[in-house]
Amino acid sequence: MGTLAHSFEAAGLATVGLSLVRPHIERLHPPRALHCEFPLGRPLGRPDDPAFQRRVLDAAFVLLDRPAGPVLEDFPEVIDDDTEAPLACPVPPRYDPSVPPAVDEARGLRPAWDRARAQLGRTQVGRVVDADGIPEAVAGFVRISEGTPWTEAGLPGDPAAVAMDIRSYYEEAALSLAGHVTGARAAESWLFRWTETGAVLKAARDAMAAVSPPYEHILYLIPVTQE
Amino acid sequence: MREMVAGLPVPEFDDTPFVQPPALQDATVAIVTSAGLLRLGEEPWQEGDSGFRVFGRDERNLIVAHRSTNFDRSGIAADLNVAYPIDRLEEMQAEGVIGAIASRHLSFTGPIMELSTLRLDTGPAAAKLLGEEGVDVVLLTPV
Repeated sequence: MGTLAHSFEAAGLATVGLSLVRPHIERLHPPRALHCEFPLGRPLGRPDDPAFQRRVLDAAFVLLDRPAGPVLEDFPEVIDDDTEAPLACPVPPRYDPSVPPAVDEARGLRPAWDRARAQLGRTQVGRVVDADGIPEAVAGFVRISEGTPWTEAGLPGDPAAVAMDIRSYYEEAALSLAGHVTGARAAESWLFRWTETGAVLKAARDAMAAVSPPYEHILYLIPVTQE
Repeated sequence: MREMVAGLPVPEFDDTPFVQPPALQDATVAIVTSAGLLRLGEEPWQEGDSGFRVFGRDERNLIVAHRSTNFDRSGIAADLNVAYPIDRLEEMQAEGVIGAIASRHLSFTGPIMELSTLRLDTGPAAAKLLGEEGVDVVLLTPV
């Protein structure tokens, strides 16, 4: 975003940016930046907390009053992520032994996902596959983990994008099961450390890496925080 | 995670252009995010995509289709405003804190490792679009 700030300002638009990675901003020297020591993915800090978000915006917009730049200031509050505190969230009991456990699990989470969808009024699932297709997408990764080449596993699209839809499905179900907005990465850690599908995604990534597919197809399958 | 990202290369600039905006209560404000926003069913972002997408002021049913998996997604799932604070701007305008909200807002995506197109083409094109909208102030939000 610092690069864009230079382009916009050169075109006559005043900019103020939120920063999540201070060393980048220190090197980019954008005209005005408010560094927020918040989890990556949450530049306004706290979801469902309009008052907190407003304080962040007020602190950013006040930088527009500075007579000269570059200006780099820090928001005074720090928020850490909860990668090491996985959500304590139940997983569905085994229901249909005729399908792999991960597929059974994905099916079992559907009511929770439906509740989240209704409550939120929108979803992040659907880059490649919608909620109806999630169990079969999980089945595709099961096949990859068992040795099927990823190009023959029946995935409905780019493996990383399909995996992101699966992750969003699980994280949205977790929001419903938890009953509140979780700390950053807590639901992610629940998926990758506690669920059958998380284990399948890791195993599929390992299987793909073993046969050297194009780099980008495995780069974004598993967050670095879950390695 | 933050430490790993901090080590990625970033461009260097010899100087910093600096525009003095009108008072905020008289300014038109737009959001430009790097969250990789899309409408459901739209063409996905490509690896290294340095283009941008345009969204109306009233649009909320947006997904974050940024290709990187290395940031929290659950916060955005719960509340889009944690990365794209369009509702906060609406409140600020209603209070008279900001003058107006642009009718169009933009999303780029990341990661963009080859920045020439962004600097020479799509960045200036985005600035031109916002300038034609009468935008005075751009709020930049990363993920």
